[in-house]
Amino acid sequence: MNQHPLTSLFGYFALLSLFAVGGANAAIPEMHRVAVDVMQWMNDRQFSDMYAIAQMSPGPNVIIVALIGYHVAGFSGAAVATAAMCGPTCMLAFFVARTWDRFKEARWRMAIQAGMVPLSLGLIAASAFVLARAADHNVHAGLITGATAAVAFFTRINPLWAFLIAGVLGLSGWL
Amino acid sequence: MSDSAAQPPIAFCPSLSELFFAFALVSISGFGGALPWARRTIVEQKHWMTTAEFNETFALSQFLPGPNVINFSVVFGSRFGGAAGAAVALAGLLGPPLIIVSVLAVLYERYGDIEALSRVLTGVTAAAIGLLIAVVAKMAAPMFLKRWNSAPLFAILAFGGVALMHWPLPYVFLGLAPFSVAFAWFKR
Repeated sequence: MNQHPLTSLFGYFALLSLFAVGGANAAIPEMHRVAVDVMQWMNDRQFSDMYAIAQMSPGPNVIIVALIGYHVAGFSGAAVATAAMCGPTCMLAFFVARTWDRFKEARWRMAIQAGMVPLSLGLIAASAFVLARAADHNVHAGLITGATAAVAFFTRINPLWAFLIAGVLGLSGWL
Repeated sequence: MSDSAAQPPIAFCPSLSELFFAFALVSISGFGGALPWARRTIVEQKHWMTTAEFNETFALSQFLPGPNVINFSVVFGSRFGGAAGAAVALAGLLGPPLIIVSVLAVLYERYGDIEALSRVLTGVTAAAIGLLIAVVAKMAAPMFLKRWNSAPLFAILAFGGVALMHWPLPYVFLGLAPFSVAFAWFKR
């Protein structure tokens, strides 16, 4: 494909945003497929680094698209990728919000809502899998992943602590 | 949640600038997702919505495709200020993080090869994957414990298609969504 990078950025992100039920985390596998496998904008390591940076920075996790966009085409890339990821779904949200309340008790509405839940679960699980394959290449990294999962599942400790401890362990060369 | 009994009624309508600053504040306070901060600001501090209204509005943003909190800001903003309200809430939520992340992007492109930084990021990524697994486990537990339920099948098919087969998301979604919704329709 011989397109301008901004065009491909916009096209891919606008398309994937419309199918990512379950939010930014559900979109990760498709972003990885496009950015690493199809377009070869970056390698596995850069992709998982960007995921980590997006998680550590404040704000919605979807901000990873700005990092990918910047990597591909600088500041305009960041702006285009963010606009593409948010624009179409915001329009959809805006129009659906005005009519949705009217169908509160409608059976089709409940069926759509219930039908989306398993898909978003499957997509978020796929995100964990894709990221783990891209990043966790040794036993110690696997241990950190497992320990964080257990702590986050059983307690309500702020995830920033997990990032801090894991970052220090990484820096110390334990990984 | 302790805010159900003593909550005052929804009395006033926020102005556009209040909307902007509320969402800007949510965006910079929220690490690892902005939802808990949105709930705290809107329900507990500003009393713009009751817990039930918040949950209802958020459920809508969650089942729509795309980033959940972004959708939420649009639905919430449009409810209080129409198209202008939606635009202002969205700008508040995206503006500050975009500026911060642009700085981080510049730094990463320049210093990403430094050994120490890449070691820190390796650790953080491992922890971030753990958080994702915890989210999956929390979502999956009620679904997989229910008997005679088709939902786990669709979750597994979506996972397999995207993670194992590397099929494009739109195909997987369009292939599964009609059946998943149909099963939900006939299951009463």
